[in-house]
Amino acid sequence: MSAVTVPPKPVRRTRRLPRYVPWAVLAGSLALGALVSLLTGEVTVTGVVGFGAIVYVVAITVTSHVVEGARWAKDRLATTLVTAAFALATIPLISLVVLVVGNGVERLSWAFLNDDMVGIYGSMVEGGAFHAIIGTLLITGLASAVAIPLGLLTAIYLTEYATPGPLKRAITVLVDVMTGIPSIVAGLFAATLFMIVAGPQYKAGVIGAVALALLMTPVVVRSCEEMLRLVPNELREAAYALGVPKWLTVLKVVLRTAIAGITTGVMIAIARVIGETAPLLITVGIVANVNLNVWDGRMTTLPVYVYRQYAQGGASVDRAWAGALTLILIVMLLNLVARLVSKVFSPKGAR
Amino acid sequence: MARELTDTKEKPVSAVTGTETIRRGPAPGRVGNFVFKGLSSGAGILIVVLLGLVAGFLLYRAIPAITATRDQLEAVGFMRGESLLSYVLPLAFGTVLSSVIALVVAVPLSIGIALFISHYAPRRLAQGLGYLIDLLAAIPSVVFGLWGLSFLQPRVGPLFEWLSTNMGWFPPFSGYLGPAKNIAIASLVLAVMILPIITATIREVFLQTPRLHEEASLALGATRWEMIRQAVLPFGRSGIISAAMLGLGRALGETMAVLMVLAPGFLVNFYILRPGQHQSVAANIANQFPEASGLGADVLIATGLFLFVLTFVVNLAARWIINRRAEFSGAN
Amino acid sequence: MSKRIDVSDLNVYYGDFLAVEGVDMVIEARSITALIGPSGCGKSTFLRTLNRMHEVIPGARVEGKAVMDGMDLYGKGVDPVEVRRQVGMVFQRPNPFPTMSIADNVLAGVKLNNRRMPRALQAETVERALSGANLWNEVKDRLDRPGSSLSGGQQQRLCIARAIAVEPQVLLMDEPCSALDPISTLAIEDLMNDLKDEYTIVIVTHNMQQAARVSDRTGFFNIAGTGKPGHLIEMDDTSVMFSSPSEKATEDYISGRFG
Repeated sequence: MSAVTVPPKPVRRTRRLPRYVPWAVLAGSLALGALVSLLTGEVTVTGVVGFGAIVYVVAITVTSHVVEGARWAKDRLATTLVTAAFALATIPLISLVVLVVGNGVERLSWAFLNDDMVGIYGSMVEGGAFHAIIGTLLITGLASAVAIPLGLLTAIYLTEYATPGPLKRAITVLVDVMTGIPSIVAGLFAATLFMIVAGPQYKAGVIGAVALALLMTPVVVRSCEEMLRLVPNELREAAYALGVPKWLTVLKVVLRTAIAGITTGVMIAIARVIGETAPLLITVGIVANVNLNVWDGRMTTLPVYVYRQYAQGGASVDRAWAGALTLILIVMLLNLVARLVSKVFSPKGAR
Repeated sequence: MARELTDTKEKPVSAVTGTETIRRGPAPGRVGNFVFKGLSSGAGILIVVLLGLVAGFLLYRAIPAITATRDQLEAVGFMRGESLLSYVLPLAFGTVLSSVIALVVAVPLSIGIALFISHYAPRRLAQGLGYLIDLLAAIPSVVFGLWGLSFLQPRVGPLFEWLSTNMGWFPPFSGYLGPAKNIAIASLVLAVMILPIITATIREVFLQTPRLHEEASLALGATRWEMIRQAVLPFGRSGIISAAMLGLGRALGETMAVLMVLAPGFLVNFYILRPGQHQSVAANIANQFPEASGLGADVLIATGLFLFVLTFVVNLAARWIINRRAEFSGAN
Repeated sequence: MSKRIDVSDLNVYYGDFLAVEGVDMVIEARSITALIGPSGCGKSTFLRTLNRMHEVIPGARVEGKAVMDGMDLYGKGVDPVEVRRQVGMVFQRPNPFPTMSIADNVLAGVKLNNRRMPRALQAETVERALSGANLWNEVKDRLDRPGSSLSGGQQQRLCIARAIAVEPQVLLMDEPCSALDPISTLAIEDLMNDLKDEYTIVIVTHNMQQAARVSDRTGFFNIAGTGKPGHLIEMDDTSVMFSSPSEKATEDYISGRFG
């Protein structure tokens, strides 16, 4: 039988844009944006980038439509929009950091960190946030002392002890819902609780701590639960097979294996609540001096300090920015240390 | 199949009266087990009780406000003679309006960001970029307030002005008055604040899209966008809905951004560019509660209870959608 | 320190589901008993009942009797923790504790139970257990390295060392070689031959050659179909089982006609 040679079926080639084209279009769009801004009046970064971006979206889609066809034009449009969405999201983050550092760094000094607000009034530029930092650390510390054990034990209950049933389901759902409690409601609850228990005149840091603990506990439960679930069952079985009782298995094998992740989760939870403003605003209030007693008297916390100083205006605004910078530094430090802990101390080797 | 004992060499010693136990007395670790199990179950139950307490205490203080007569409420200065219902209504409206606008801005943006991280960004960068978005969630709300006032306000002012002059025929855009202290800018700040939680939830769902579906789509010659429309978006639809509801829950309860950015008012209307029209429940509490006492405090606690119930329902619905999806997808 | 186990009319349930039914079996001291059978026939489930590891799974329970040298494993007042100290277990996948060093892994049974042990005795125990597991020469210079730094086969021998360090009467092995390469498998099989002078060993395996190579007696489990309980079909000396089994099903399985 003779071989029949079939002529190769022509592969329909889609014409694609060369790689440099999008970049060229982008540059052109920005230039056009600058030109239009120049003609209409002042040239601002926002104006140039904003107008340029719109021109780019239209230009690249039209170009692609002409050269590559409708399907690829849609693809390019999607790519552009998706990338733009991400770029747009970085704007608040970057601008926020630049803004806070730029405004805060001037006033942030050793003296600022060591001074309180006793005897500071009017347009005086002295004064600092020492009392606020102490207050924040004390109240957050107290809240953590309640929320971490409570949250960790609940997570242990959910992963190690609870049998599938209504109680487990109820706790899981309620913890989920609790993560969404508005912070102001937590503050109201703490205020109401102490009004009823200790009388309406009672003001103390502990009220704020209760509110923060309520906000922190579900976050701790969630992250601890996630970490405990990552511990392979085989390790639990290995311990049981050695005749280790369950509670020691949980304590010395499960928790020990998950400790890095738990630490990370807990620190991120602390970072979340350390910046809470609203519940402290309505429970703990503000004073000018250092108060070391969380059981009695008003206390100043850093977020409330920032809010009040800004609201006062004038020379206080600088103090607000310096306070905001301090707050962000504390939060970022907590986040950074948390990531380091999980990197350095997590168990190595095969899971 | 018939079971048959073929072990002929030795008869099984079933006759052994195995009464002798290995060791009598308290078993090892029994006390520890009891204490530890008790502690952890106690903690779990305490959480349920705690949530009940929150509702209970708020209700206890809210009842006097709910049952108060018109005359008694007259005495509460900041209510200006309104009944409780007509006092709460504009606050509830302002809360929902600001949250919905925030959602309209944040959800499409979040879908874009989540897609960028899960399907567009280079693999090695993706995790770091996700972390960058998560960092937004760590920023204290009071700092967002500062940012809204000093960064966003001067920049969106011209845009609002332009909208108002050129599209003022559309009532919600009419009557802009600078500086921008209206509900639109408050919603923009809210949108930025709820961006991380929405993005994180959506990203999680997108990453679970079955590889096989994606590859099948690509193998049929789909472009990346067609693949996303065919495989990723349908798979993630319920995830997007529940993420939006989680974000809504956050936005409803957020206090500081609204408190700092918005010039409050107690009206029910859609003039989103006018200052002094709206106020949210949370910001109103933060504003009034430190000075309130007696029935005034009760009224504010009643509004707080309303907010609690509202967010509770929204969050519960969000979780319900997530859980139902988890059951059907069989991902876990 | 080696005991025999008599099992009589043992049923295993998961909730209402009867997983294994009516097992009568004698496990001889100082010998290796192999349990073979197709997947899902209940041989692993049965193995776990010998040190009450099945109780880890919620809803799992046992009816019947398992008696170790006159002591009822399921007797009243017997704590599963105590049973597991007498009946050790090695699992399918090597599972050394990732947070512990090699030495600490061997001593895990002691340390996790909060028991005190003089340093000299600790060192002695580590050396004895690791030598017993044929691992001492390979790891004696790096006892403080993490257990997970070892190869798969070494990790499995470390797990055996960990199990024999608490000096159990019986050693259960649940497919101990299924995650290992052939050379590591050989090392474990040699080790089992050495260990049987001191311990009663029960091994579950999918590998019939392995059962034929290492065991003295072999039991064959089978199920009639999915959802039906597993049964012990036949048990005899390994040589008999592999040359002239008395059951048709056993012969079919061993000659590879099904399973």
